[in-house]
Amino acid sequence: MSSKNFDVEYVAELARIKLTPDEIKTFESQLGLVLKHVAKLNEIDVSQVEPMAHSFPTYNVFREDETRECLDREAALSNAPHQAQGLFIVTKVVE
Amino acid sequence: MEITSLTVHELQALLRSAQISPKEVIEALGRRIDEVDPLIHGYLSHDLERAISEAGRVDVSLPLGGVPISIKDVISVKGHPCGCASKILQGYVAPYDATVIAKLRAAGAIPFGRVNMDEFAMGSSTENSAFGPTGNPWDITRTPGGSSGGSAAVVAADEGFAALGSDTGGSIRQPAALCGRVGLKPTYGRVSRYGLVAFASSLDQIGPITKDVRDAAILMNIIAGPDNFDSTSLDDQIPDFTIALEKGVKGLKLGLPKEYFIEGLDPEVENAVRTAVANLESLGAEVVEISLPHTEFALSTYYIIAPAEASANLARFDGVRYGFRAKNTNGLLDHYGKTREEGFGPEVKRRIILGTYVLSSGYYDAYYLRAQKVRSLIRQDFATAFERVDAIVCPTSPTPAFKLGERTSDPLSMYLADIFTLAANIAGICGISVPCGFVEREGKQLPVGLQILGKELNESTVLRVAHAYEQNTDWHKERPSI
Repeated sequence: MSSKNFDVEYVAELARIKLTPDEIKTFESQLGLVLKHVAKLNEIDVSQVEPMAHSFPTYNVFREDETRECLDREAALSNAPHQAQGLFIVTKVVE
Repeated sequence: MEITSLTVHELQALLRSAQISPKEVIEALGRRIDEVDPLIHGYLSHDLERAISEAGRVDVSLPLGGVPISIKDVISVKGHPCGCASKILQGYVAPYDATVIAKLRAAGAIPFGRVNMDEFAMGSSTENSAFGPTGNPWDITRTPGGSSGGSAAVVAADEGFAALGSDTGGSIRQPAALCGRVGLKPTYGRVSRYGLVAFASSLDQIGPITKDVRDAAILMNIIAGPDNFDSTSLDDQIPDFTIALEKGVKGLKLGLPKEYFIEGLDPEVENAVRTAVANLESLGAEVVEISLPHTEFALSTYYIIAPAEASANLARFDGVRYGFRAKNTNGLLDHYGKTREEGFGPEVKRRIILGTYVLSSGYYDAYYLRAQKVRSLIRQDFATAFERVDAIVCPTSPTPAFKLGERTSDPLSMYLADIFTLAANIAGICGISVPCGFVEREGKQLPVGLQILGKELNESTVLRVAHAYEQNTDWHKERPSI
Protein backbone atom coordinates (compact mmCIF):
# COMPACT_ATOMS: atom_id res chain seq x y z
CA MET A 1 0.00 0.00 0.00
CA SER A 2 2.20 2.76 -1.25
CA SER A 3 1.31 5.93 -3.04
CA LYS A 4 4.42 6.06 -5.20
CA ASN A 5 2.50 4.64 -8.15
CA PHE A 6 -0.31 7.10 -7.76
CA ASP A 7 -0.67 8.56 -11.23
CA VAL A 8 -3.40 11.20 -10.96
CA GLU A 9 -3.49 11.82 -14.69
CA TYR A 10 -4.15 8.17 -15.46
CA VAL A 11 -6.78 7.78 -12.73
CA ALA A 12 -8.53 10.96 -13.91
CA GLU A 13 -8.70 9.40 -17.36
CA LEU A 14 -10.34 6.29 -15.87
CA ALA A 15 -12.81 8.56 -14.08
CA ARG A 16 -13.47 10.57 -17.26
CA ILE A 17 -12.49 13.89 -15.72
CA LYS A 18 -10.15 16.28 -17.47
CA LEU A 19 -7.78 18.06 -15.09
CA THR A 20 -5.51 21.05 -15.56
CA PRO A 21 -1.76 20.55 -14.91
CA ASP A 22 -2.19 22.62 -11.74
CA GLU A 23 -5.00 20.40 -10.47
CA ILE A 24 -2.95 17.28 -11.21
CA LYS A 25 -0.08 18.65 -9.15
CA THR A 26 -2.29 19.74 -6.25
CA PHE A 27 -4.26 16.50 -6.14
CA GLU A 28 -1.06 14.47 -6.32
CA SER A 29 0.28 16.07 -3.16
CA GLN A 30 -3.06 16.27 -1.29
CA LEU A 31 -4.16 12.75 -2.11
CA GLY A 32 -0.63 11.49 -1.48
CA LEU A 33 -1.05 12.67 2.12
CA VAL A 34 -4.48 11.06 2.37
CA LEU A 35 -3.09 7.76 1.05
CA LYS A 36 -0.22 7.99 3.52
CA HIS A 37 -2.80 8.39 6.27
CA VAL A 38 -4.98 5.48 5.16
CA ALA A 39 -1.90 3.23 5.00
CA LYS A 40 -2.54 3.00 8.74
CA LEU A 41 -4.92 0.15 7.93
CA ASN A 42 -1.86 -2.02 7.19
CA GLU A 43 -1.19 -2.13 10.92
CA ILE A 44 -4.13 -4.50 11.44
CA ASP A 45 -4.08 -8.21 10.76
CA VAL A 46 -7.27 -8.80 8.79
CA SER A 47 -6.41 -12.28 7.49
CA GLN A 48 -9.20 -13.84 9.56
CA VAL A 49 -11.80 -11.12 9.02
CA GLU A 50 -14.72 -11.22 6.60
CA PRO A 51 -15.26 -8.05 4.56
CA MET A 52 -18.43 -6.10 5.18
CA ALA A 53 -20.19 -4.25 2.37
CA HIS A 54 -23.36 -3.31 4.19
CA SER A 55 -24.51 -2.87 7.77
CA PHE A 56 -27.49 -5.17 7.30
CA PRO A 57 -26.89 -7.42 4.35
CA THR A 58 -30.11 -8.12 2.53
CA TYR A 59 -30.45 -10.46 -0.41
CA ASN A 60 -33.04 -10.81 -3.12
CA VAL A 61 -35.53 -8.20 -2.05
CA PHE A 62 -38.58 -8.76 -4.19
CA ARG A 63 -41.84 -6.91 -4.60
CA GLU A 64 -44.99 -7.88 -6.42
CA ASP A 65 -44.64 -7.36 -10.15
CA GLU A 66 -47.50 -4.93 -10.56
CA THR A 67 -47.94 -2.04 -12.92
CA ARG A 68 -47.68 1.36 -11.31
CA GLU A 69 -47.32 4.98 -12.23
CA CYS A 70 -43.97 5.99 -13.60
CA LEU A 71 -42.39 9.03 -15.20
CA ASP A 72 -43.82 9.80 -18.61
CA ARG A 73 -41.47 10.48 -21.47
CA GLU A 74 -41.85 14.22 -21.29
CA ALA A 75 -40.93 14.31 -17.59
CA ALA A 76 -38.00 11.95 -18.12
CA LEU A 77 -36.64 14.19 -20.88
CA SER A 78 -37.41 17.47 -19.15
CA ASN A 79 -33.93 17.88 -17.62
CA ALA A 80 -31.94 16.78 -20.66
CA PRO A 81 -29.34 19.31 -21.84
CA HIS A 82 -30.19 18.38 -25.43
CA GLN A 83 -33.28 16.52 -26.63
CA ALA A 84 -35.46 16.32 -29.71
CA GLN A 85 -38.40 14.25 -30.95
CA GLY A 86 -38.75 12.40 -27.64
CA LEU A 87 -35.10 11.34 -27.59
CA PHE A 88 -31.90 12.30 -25.75
CA ILE A 89 -29.42 13.78 -28.20
CA VAL A 90 -25.95 12.39 -27.46
CA THR A 91 -22.50 13.16 -28.72
CA LYS A 92 -21.59 11.08 -31.76
CA VAL A 93 -20.20 7.72 -30.63
CA VAL A 94 -19.71 5.77 -33.86
CA GLU A 95 -17.95 7.20 -36.88
CA MET B 1 -42.85 35.71 21.02
CA GLU B 2 -41.85 35.53 17.37
CA ILE B 3 -43.60 32.81 15.38
CA THR B 4 -40.33 31.75 13.77
CA SER B 5 -38.65 30.99 17.09
CA LEU B 6 -41.22 28.28 17.89
CA THR B 7 -40.44 24.58 17.84
CA VAL B 8 -42.46 22.27 15.58
CA HIS B 9 -44.59 20.99 18.48
CA GLU B 10 -45.28 24.52 19.71
CA LEU B 11 -46.23 25.57 16.19
CA GLN B 12 -48.50 22.53 15.81
CA ALA B 13 -50.42 23.53 18.94
CA LEU B 14 -51.05 27.06 17.60
CA LEU B 15 -52.05 25.78 14.15
CA ARG B 16 -54.47 23.18 15.52
CA SER B 17 -56.16 25.65 17.82
CA ALA B 18 -56.43 28.07 14.87
CA GLN B 19 -54.49 30.77 16.72
CA ILE B 20 -52.42 31.08 13.59
CA SER B 21 -52.95 30.05 9.96
CA PRO B 22 -50.51 28.07 7.80
CA LYS B 23 -50.32 31.08 5.48
CA GLU B 24 -49.28 33.37 8.34
CA VAL B 25 -46.57 30.86 9.27
CA ILE B 26 -45.08 30.94 5.76
CA GLU B 27 -45.28 34.73 5.64
CA ALA B 28 -43.48 35.02 8.98
CA LEU B 29 -40.82 32.63 7.71
CA GLY B 30 -40.42 34.72 4.55
CA ARG B 31 -39.92 37.89 6.62
CA ARG B 32 -37.35 36.19 8.83
CA ILE B 33 -35.45 34.90 5.78
CA ASP B 34 -35.40 38.42 4.29
CA GLU B 35 -34.06 39.69 7.60
CA VAL B 36 -31.28 37.20 8.35
CA ASP B 37 -30.49 35.12 5.28
CA PRO B 38 -28.45 37.83 3.52
CA LEU B 39 -26.01 37.30 6.43
CA ILE B 40 -26.32 33.53 6.84
CA HIS B 41 -26.80 32.33 3.24
CA GLY B 42 -28.57 29.20 4.45
CA TYR B 43 -31.01 28.99 1.54
CA LEU B 44 -29.95 28.43 -2.07
CA SER B 45 -33.52 29.21 -3.10
CA HIS B 46 -37.04 29.31 -1.75
CA ASP B 47 -40.41 29.82 -3.42
CA LEU B 48 -42.63 31.79 -1.07
CA GLU B 49 -45.57 32.00 -3.49
CA ARG B 50 -45.70 28.26 -3.97
CA ALA B 51 -45.43 27.63 -0.22
CA ILE B 52 -48.24 30.11 0.49
CA SER B 53 -50.40 28.43 -2.10
CA GLU B 54 -49.70 24.99 -0.56
CA ALA B 55 -50.41 26.46 2.88
CA GLY B 56 -53.88 27.41 1.67
CA ARG B 57 -54.68 23.75 1.02
CA VAL B 58 -53.21 21.92 4.03
CA ASP B 59 -55.25 20.11 6.65
CA VAL B 60 -53.99 21.33 10.04
CA SER B 61 -55.44 18.30 11.82
CA LEU B 62 -52.77 16.12 10.18
CA PRO B 63 -49.69 15.26 12.30
CA LEU B 64 -47.55 17.99 10.67
CA GLY B 65 -50.39 19.99 9.11
CA GLY B 66 -49.07 23.38 7.98
CA VAL B 67 -45.52 22.94 9.28
CA PRO B 68 -42.82 24.05 6.79
CA ILE B 69 -39.76 21.79 6.74
CA SER B 70 -36.58 23.10 5.10
CA ILE B 71 -35.01 20.63 2.69
CA LYS B 72 -31.34 19.99 1.99
CA ASP B 73 -30.52 20.45 -1.70
CA VAL B 74 -29.79 16.71 -2.08
CA ILE B 75 -33.38 15.46 -1.53
CA SER B 76 -35.83 15.43 -4.45
CA VAL B 77 -39.02 17.49 -4.12
CA LYS B 78 -41.18 17.30 -7.25
CA GLY B 79 -41.11 20.59 -9.13
CA HIS B 80 -38.33 22.09 -6.97
CA PRO B 81 -34.70 22.45 -8.03
CA CYS B 82 -32.40 19.70 -6.72
CA GLY B 83 -28.84 20.75 -7.40
CA CYS B 84 -26.72 19.22 -4.61
CA ALA B 85 -25.08 22.68 -4.46
CA SER B 86 -23.24 21.68 -7.62
CA LYS B 87 -22.79 23.39 -10.94
CA ILE B 88 -23.27 20.05 -12.70
CA LEU B 89 -26.94 19.98 -11.62
CA GLN B 90 -27.64 23.67 -12.09
CA GLY B 91 -31.14 24.08 -13.48
CA TYR B 92 -32.17 20.50 -12.66
CA VAL B 93 -35.76 20.22 -11.43
CA ALA B 94 -36.75 17.03 -9.60
CA PRO B 95 -39.43 15.15 -11.56
CA TYR B 96 -40.60 13.12 -8.52
CA ASP B 97 -40.81 13.23 -4.72
CA ALA B 98 -38.34 11.39 -2.50
CA THR B 99 -40.12 8.94 -0.20
CA VAL B 100 -39.41 11.16 2.82
CA ILE B 101 -41.04 14.08 0.98
CA ALA B 102 -44.10 12.00 0.02
CA LYS B 103 -44.39 11.04 3.69
CA LEU B 104 -44.00 14.64 4.87
CA ARG B 105 -46.66 15.79 2.41
CA ALA B 106 -49.04 13.00 3.51
CA ALA B 107 -48.56 14.26 7.08
CA GLY B 108 -49.51 17.79 6.01
CA ALA B 109 -46.00 19.30 6.11
CA ILE B 110 -44.88 21.82 3.51
CA PRO B 111 -41.44 21.06 1.98
CA PHE B 112 -39.81 24.47 2.02
CA GLY B 113 -36.83 25.87 0.13
CA ARG B 114 -33.48 24.37 -0.77
CA VAL B 115 -30.85 24.68 1.93
CA ASN B 116 -27.14 24.95 1.29
CA MET B 117 -24.65 22.11 1.68
CA ASP B 118 -21.22 20.96 0.62
CA GLU B 119 -21.36 19.91 -3.03
CA PHE B 120 -22.83 16.37 -3.20
CA ALA B 121 -22.64 16.29 0.63
CA MET B 122 -18.85 16.01 0.49
CA GLY B 123 -17.39 18.19 3.20
CA SER B 124 -17.64 19.35 6.79
CA SER B 125 -18.08 23.11 6.45
CA THR B 126 -20.44 23.97 3.49
CA GLU B 127 -17.42 25.67 1.91
CA ASN B 128 -17.55 23.15 -0.92
CA SER B 129 -20.90 24.54 -2.09
CA ALA B 130 -20.60 25.85 -5.65
CA PHE B 131 -22.74 28.79 -4.51
CA GLY B 132 -20.66 30.03 -1.58
CA PRO B 133 -20.52 28.98 2.08
CA THR B 134 -23.14 29.35 4.81
CA GLY B 135 -22.26 31.35 7.93
CA ASN B 136 -22.73 30.06 11.46
CA PRO B 137 -25.51 32.11 13.14
CA TRP B 138 -23.43 32.23 16.35
CA ASP B 139 -20.52 33.86 14.50
CA ILE B 140 -20.93 34.38 10.78
CA THR B 141 -17.18 34.33 10.19
CA ARG B 142 -17.25 30.65 11.19
CA THR B 143 -18.54 27.50 9.52
CA PRO B 144 -21.93 26.03 10.47
CA GLY B 145 -20.35 22.62 9.87
CA GLY B 146 -21.30 20.32 7.05
CA SER B 147 -22.31 18.89 4.90
CA SER B 148 -25.86 19.75 6.12
CA GLY B 149 -24.61 23.19 7.23
CA GLY B 150 -27.51 25.03 5.62
CA SER B 151 -30.02 22.77 7.40
CA ALA B 152 -28.43 23.43 10.80
CA ALA B 153 -27.87 27.16 10.20
CA VAL B 154 -31.44 27.97 9.13
CA VAL B 155 -32.87 26.11 12.13
CA ALA B 156 -30.37 27.83 14.45
CA ALA B 157 -31.19 31.28 13.03
CA ASP B 158 -34.96 30.68 13.34
CA GLU B 159 -35.39 30.95 9.57
CA GLY B 160 -36.51 27.32 9.51
CA PHE B 161 -38.62 25.39 12.05
CA ALA B 162 -36.90 22.09 11.30
CA ALA B 163 -34.91 20.68 8.41
CA LEU B 164 -34.03 17.43 6.72
CA GLY B 165 -30.37 16.67 6.20
CA SER B 166 -28.35 13.65 5.16
CA ASP B 167 -25.54 12.01 7.12
CA THR B 168 -22.83 9.92 5.44
CA GLY B 169 -20.03 10.47 7.97
CA GLY B 170 -21.50 13.01 10.41
CA SER B 171 -23.19 15.46 8.06
CA ILE B 172 -26.28 15.84 10.29
CA ARG B 173 -24.74 15.54 13.76
CA GLN B 174 -21.63 17.70 13.27
CA PRO B 175 -23.44 20.80 11.91
CA ALA B 176 -26.20 20.37 14.52
CA ALA B 177 -23.46 20.43 17.20
CA LEU B 178 -21.69 23.45 15.71
CA CYS B 179 -24.98 25.38 15.44
CA GLY B 180 -26.40 24.41 18.84
CA ARG B 181 -29.28 22.32 17.51
CA VAL B 182 -30.43 18.70 17.66
CA GLY B 183 -29.42 16.35 14.82
CA LEU B 184 -30.37 12.68 14.49
CA LYS B 185 -28.78 10.12 12.19
CA PRO B 186 -31.11 7.14 12.11
CA THR B 187 -29.97 3.53 11.81
CA TYR B 188 -28.88 2.65 8.27
CA GLY B 189 -32.05 1.53 6.49
CA ARG B 190 -34.47 3.07 8.97
CA VAL B 191 -35.37 5.90 6.59
CA SER B 192 -35.79 5.35 2.85
CA ARG B 193 -33.06 6.83 0.65
CA TYR B 194 -35.29 6.85 -2.46
CA GLY B 195 -35.00 10.34 -3.95
CA LEU B 196 -31.82 11.17 -2.02
CA VAL B 197 -29.02 11.84 -4.51
CA ALA B 198 -26.54 9.07 -3.67
CA PHE B 199 -23.08 9.90 -2.29
CA ALA B 200 -21.95 6.67 -0.54
CA SER B 201 -24.84 4.24 -0.70
CA SER B 202 -23.79 1.96 2.14
CA LEU B 203 -23.39 4.93 4.53
CA ASP B 204 -26.02 7.55 3.57
CA GLN B 205 -29.04 8.20 5.79
CA ILE B 206 -31.62 11.00 5.85
CA GLY B 207 -32.49 12.50 9.24
CA PRO B 208 -33.89 15.60 10.98
CA ILE B 209 -32.21 18.72 12.37
CA THR B 210 -34.50 20.37 14.92
CA LYS B 211 -34.72 22.87 17.78
CA ASP B 212 -35.33 20.23 20.41
CA VAL B 213 -35.39 16.47 20.94
CA ARG B 214 -39.19 16.17 20.88
CA ASP B 215 -39.23 17.66 17.36
CA ALA B 216 -36.66 15.08 16.21
CA ALA B 217 -38.91 12.28 17.54
CA ILE B 218 -41.96 13.81 15.86
CA LEU B 219 -40.20 13.99 12.48
CA MET B 220 -38.87 10.44 12.85
CA ASN B 221 -42.44 9.23 13.38
CA ILE B 222 -43.24 10.56 9.92
CA ILE B 223 -40.15 9.77 7.82
CA ALA B 224 -39.08 6.32 9.13
CA GLY B 225 -40.29 3.01 7.79
CA PRO B 226 -39.84 0.43 5.04
CA ASP B 227 -40.13 1.42 1.39
CA ASN B 228 -40.50 -0.69 -1.74
CA PHE B 229 -38.37 1.85 -3.61
CA ASP B 230 -35.31 1.32 -1.38
CA SER B 231 -34.29 -2.32 -1.10
CA THR B 232 -31.96 -1.49 1.82
CA SER B 233 -34.77 -0.04 3.92
CA LEU B 234 -35.50 -2.19 6.94
CA ASP B 235 -38.81 -3.97 7.52
CA ASP B 236 -38.79 -3.46 11.26
CA GLN B 237 -41.73 -1.98 13.11
CA ILE B 238 -41.65 1.75 13.71
CA PRO B 239 -42.40 2.64 17.31
CA ASP B 240 -43.94 5.97 18.34
CA PHE B 241 -40.61 7.68 19.02
CA THR B 242 -42.21 10.26 21.33
CA ILE B 243 -43.28 7.62 23.86
CA ALA B 244 -39.75 6.90 25.06
CA LEU B 245 -39.01 10.58 25.67
CA GLU B 246 -40.50 10.73 29.15
CA LYS B 247 -38.89 7.58 30.47
CA GLY B 248 -35.80 9.27 31.93
CA VAL B 249 -32.37 7.69 32.20
CA LYS B 250 -32.70 5.96 35.56
CA GLY B 251 -31.46 2.39 35.21
CA LEU B 252 -29.75 3.00 31.85
CA LYS B 253 -26.10 2.14 31.47
CA LEU B 254 -24.04 4.59 29.42
CA GLY B 255 -20.59 3.89 28.01
CA LEU B 256 -17.84 6.48 27.87
CA PRO B 257 -15.41 5.34 25.14
CA LYS B 258 -11.86 6.12 26.22
CA GLU B 259 -10.68 6.37 22.58
CA TYR B 260 -12.86 9.48 22.09
CA PHE B 261 -11.03 11.54 24.72
CA ILE B 262 -7.76 11.97 22.88
CA GLU B 263 -5.24 14.53 21.75
CA GLY B 264 -6.91 16.95 19.36
CA LEU B 265 -10.06 17.15 21.46
CA ASP B 266 -10.47 20.77 22.54
CA PRO B 267 -10.12 20.92 26.37
CA GLU B 268 -13.18 23.16 26.77
CA VAL B 269 -15.26 20.87 24.55
CA GLU B 270 -14.07 17.92 26.63
CA ASN B 271 -15.05 19.77 29.80
CA ALA B 272 -18.57 20.53 28.49
CA VAL B 273 -19.06 16.89 27.46
CA ARG B 274 -17.76 15.50 30.78
CA THR B 275 -20.05 17.89 32.67
CA ALA B 276 -22.99 16.67 30.58
CA VAL B 277 -22.11 13.05 31.33
CA ALA B 278 -21.95 13.87 35.07
CA ASN B 279 -25.37 15.47 34.71
CA LEU B 280 -26.77 12.26 33.17
CA GLU B 281 -25.22 10.36 36.06
CA SER B 282 -26.94 12.65 38.56
CA LEU B 283 -30.23 11.88 36.77
CA GLY B 284 -29.80 8.20 37.55
CA ALA B 285 -27.81 6.77 34.64
CA GLU B 286 -24.88 4.52 35.38
CA VAL B 287 -21.74 5.55 33.48
CA VAL B 288 -18.96 3.08 32.75
CA GLU B 289 -15.76 3.40 30.76
CA ILE B 290 -15.74 1.28 27.62
CA SER B 291 -13.31 0.67 24.80
CA LEU B 292 -13.89 0.80 21.05
CA PRO B 293 -10.41 -0.41 20.13
CA HIS B 294 -10.54 0.18 16.36
CA THR B 295 -11.63 3.83 16.64
CA GLU B 296 -8.29 5.12 15.35
CA PHE B 297 -8.86 3.24 12.07
CA ALA B 298 -12.33 4.66 11.38
CA LEU B 299 -11.14 7.75 9.49
CA SER B 300 -8.94 5.74 7.12
CA THR B 301 -11.67 3.15 6.57
CA TYR B 302 -14.17 5.88 5.80
CA TYR B 303 -11.90 7.72 3.36
CA ILE B 304 -11.52 4.57 1.31
CA ILE B 305 -15.11 3.32 1.35
CA ALA B 306 -16.94 6.65 0.92
CA PRO B 307 -14.90 7.92 -2.07
CA ALA B 308 -15.01 4.46 -3.67
CA GLU B 309 -18.80 4.40 -3.56
CA ALA B 310 -18.96 8.06 -4.60
CA SER B 311 -16.80 7.46 -7.66
CA ALA B 312 -19.30 4.84 -8.84
CA ASN B 313 -22.42 6.85 -7.91
CA LEU B 314 -21.19 10.05 -9.56
CA ALA B 315 -20.43 8.29 -12.84
CA ARG B 316 -24.05 9.02 -13.76
CA PHE B 317 -23.29 12.71 -14.22
CA ASP B 318 -22.31 12.48 -17.86
CA GLY B 319 -24.10 15.45 -19.40
CA VAL B 320 -26.55 13.31 -21.34
CA ARG B 321 -29.79 12.76 -19.43
CA TYR B 322 -29.74 15.73 -17.07
CA GLY B 323 -27.64 18.57 -15.78
CA PHE B 324 -24.79 20.49 -17.26
CA ARG B 325 -23.13 19.61 -20.57
CA ALA B 326 -19.88 21.23 -21.70
CA LYS B 327 -20.00 23.06 -25.01
CA ASN B 328 -17.78 22.60 -28.06
CA THR B 329 -16.45 19.16 -27.26
CA ASN B 330 -14.64 16.90 -29.68
CA GLY B 331 -16.04 13.36 -29.48
CA LEU B 332 -17.51 11.35 -26.63
CA LEU B 333 -14.48 11.10 -24.31
CA ASP B 334 -13.90 14.82 -24.61
CA HIS B 335 -17.63 15.39 -23.88
CA TYR B 336 -17.40 13.35 -20.65
CA GLY B 337 -14.05 14.77 -19.58
CA LYS B 338 -14.94 18.43 -20.10
CA THR B 339 -18.48 18.14 -18.74
CA ARG B 340 -17.15 16.64 -15.52
CA GLU B 341 -14.17 19.01 -15.37
CA GLU B 342 -16.37 22.09 -15.64
CA GLY B 343 -19.32 20.72 -13.68
CA PHE B 344 -17.68 19.32 -10.54
CA GLY B 345 -15.90 21.35 -7.85
CA PRO B 346 -12.42 20.49 -6.48
CA GLU B 347 -13.47 18.33 -3.49
CA VAL B 348 -15.82 16.23 -5.60
CA LYS B 349 -13.07 15.71 -8.18
CA ARG B 350 -10.62 14.83 -5.41
CA ARG B 351 -12.93 12.16 -4.02
CA ILE B 352 -13.80 10.71 -7.42
CA ILE B 353 -10.07 10.41 -8.19
CA LEU B 354 -9.36 8.83 -4.81
CA GLY B 355 -12.33 6.46 -5.13
CA THR B 356 -11.43 5.46 -8.67
CA TYR B 357 -7.85 4.79 -7.59
CA VAL B 358 -8.74 2.54 -4.62
CA LEU B 359 -11.07 0.52 -6.85
CA SER B 360 -8.67 0.30 -9.78
CA SER B 361 -7.08 -2.91 -10.97
CA GLY B 362 -4.16 -3.90 -8.75
CA TYR B 363 -5.21 -1.72 -5.81
CA TYR B 364 -8.69 -3.06 -5.00
CA ASP B 365 -7.50 -5.70 -2.51
CA ALA B 366 -4.94 -3.44 -0.85
CA TYR B 367 -7.36 -0.60 -0.24
CA TYR B 368 -11.06 -1.31 -0.72
CA LEU B 369 -11.18 -4.95 0.37
CA ARG B 370 -8.96 -4.25 3.38
CA ALA B 371 -11.15 -1.29 4.38
CA GLN B 372 -14.24 -3.50 4.19
CA LYS B 373 -12.56 -5.94 6.55
CA VAL B 374 -11.63 -3.22 9.01
CA ARG B 375 -15.24 -2.08 8.70
CA SER B 376 -16.29 -5.47 10.13
CA LEU B 377 -13.96 -4.92 13.09
CA ILE B 378 -15.35 -1.44 13.79
CA ARG B 379 -18.87 -2.79 13.67
CA GLN B 380 -17.86 -5.61 16.03
CA ASP B 381 -16.46 -3.03 18.49
CA PHE B 382 -19.90 -1.45 18.77
CA ALA B 383 -21.69 -4.80 18.98
CA THR B 384 -19.44 -5.80 21.88
CA ALA B 385 -19.96 -2.44 23.61
CA PHE B 386 -23.74 -2.66 23.27
CA GLU B 387 -23.70 -5.99 25.09
CA ARG B 388 -22.58 -4.00 28.13
CA VAL B 389 -24.24 -0.59 27.73
CA ASP B 390 -27.53 0.87 26.46
CA ALA B 391 -25.95 3.88 24.77
CA ILE B 392 -22.55 5.50 24.23
CA VAL B 393 -21.87 9.13 25.15
CA CYS B 394 -19.02 11.17 23.63
CA PRO B 395 -18.28 14.50 21.90
CA THR B 396 -19.88 15.11 18.47
CA SER B 397 -17.06 17.29 17.15
CA PRO B 398 -13.51 17.63 18.51
CA THR B 399 -13.67 21.44 18.27
CA PRO B 400 -16.27 24.21 18.18
CA ALA B 401 -17.02 25.88 14.82
CA PHE B 402 -13.79 26.78 13.01
CA LYS B 403 -13.21 29.87 10.87
CA LEU B 404 -14.37 29.86 7.26
CA GLY B 405 -11.28 29.39 5.10
CA GLU B 406 -9.19 27.91 7.91
CA ARG B 407 -9.08 24.33 6.58
CA THR B 408 -9.95 24.62 2.89
CA SER B 409 -6.39 24.18 1.60
CA ASP B 410 -5.74 21.07 3.70
CA PRO B 411 -8.27 18.29 2.95
CA LEU B 412 -6.93 16.00 5.68
CA SER B 413 -7.49 18.59 8.44
CA MET B 414 -11.04 19.05 7.12
CA TYR B 415 -11.59 15.27 7.19
CA LEU B 416 -10.60 15.24 10.88
CA ALA B 417 -13.72 17.32 11.70
CA ASP B 418 -15.76 14.10 11.42
CA ILE B 419 -13.46 11.92 13.48
CA PHE B 420 -16.08 11.23 16.20
CA THR B 421 -19.10 10.83 13.93
CA LEU B 422 -18.09 8.62 11.03
CA ALA B 423 -17.76 5.34 12.95
CA ALA B 424 -21.55 5.31 13.44
CA ASN B 425 -22.04 5.33 9.65
CA ILE B 426 -19.41 2.64 9.16
CA ALA B 427 -21.21 0.43 11.70
CA GLY B 428 -24.73 1.44 10.56
CA ILE B 429 -25.87 2.38 14.08
CA CYS B 430 -27.90 5.45 15.10
CA GLY B 431 -26.74 8.62 16.86
CA ILE B 432 -27.91 12.02 17.95
CA SER B 433 -26.21 15.30 18.81
CA VAL B 434 -27.75 17.51 21.48
CA PRO B 435 -26.49 20.92 22.72
CA CYS B 436 -24.41 20.62 25.90
CA GLY B 437 -22.84 24.02 26.46
CA PHE B 438 -20.82 26.83 24.96
CA VAL B 439 -17.20 27.85 24.64
CA GLU B 440 -16.07 31.41 24.08
CA ARG B 441 -13.90 32.32 21.08
CA GLU B 442 -13.04 35.93 20.24
CA GLY B 443 -15.91 37.17 22.37
CA LYS B 444 -18.49 34.91 20.70
CA GLN B 445 -20.34 32.03 22.33
CA LEU B 446 -20.00 28.85 20.26
CA PRO B 447 -22.16 25.77 20.87
CA VAL B 448 -20.85 22.33 21.83
CA GLY B 449 -22.65 19.05 21.08
CA LEU B 450 -22.99 15.86 23.11
CA GLN B 451 -23.22 12.77 20.92
CA ILE B 452 -25.29 9.79 22.03
CA LEU B 453 -24.84 6.62 19.99
CA GLY B 454 -27.27 3.71 20.10
CA LYS B 455 -27.50 0.17 18.87
CA GLU B 456 -29.13 -0.40 15.47
CA LEU B 457 -32.88 0.32 15.52
CA ASN B 458 -32.53 1.83 18.98
CA GLU B 459 -33.40 5.44 18.12
CA SER B 460 -35.86 5.41 21.02
CA THR B 461 -33.01 4.98 23.50
CA VAL B 462 -30.83 7.79 22.10
CA LEU B 463 -33.86 10.09 21.96
CA ARG B 464 -34.69 9.14 25.55
CA VAL B 465 -31.20 9.94 26.84
CA ALA B 466 -31.03 13.15 24.79
CA HIS B 467 -34.43 14.29 26.04
CA ALA B 468 -33.65 13.58 29.69
CA TYR B 469 -30.47 15.63 29.39
CA GLU B 470 -32.10 18.44 27.42
CA GLN B 471 -34.99 18.83 29.84
CA ASN B 472 -32.54 19.13 32.71
CA THR B 473 -30.56 21.91 31.01
CA ASP B 474 -31.34 25.14 29.18
CA TRP B 475 -28.81 24.95 26.33
CA HIS B 476 -31.48 24.26 23.71
CA LYS B 477 -33.31 27.47 24.64
CA GLU B 478 -30.30 29.66 23.83
CA ARG B 479 -30.63 31.63 20.60
CA PRO B 480 -27.90 33.39 18.61
CA SER B 481 -28.25 37.17 18.68
CA ILE B 482 -28.49 37.47 14.90
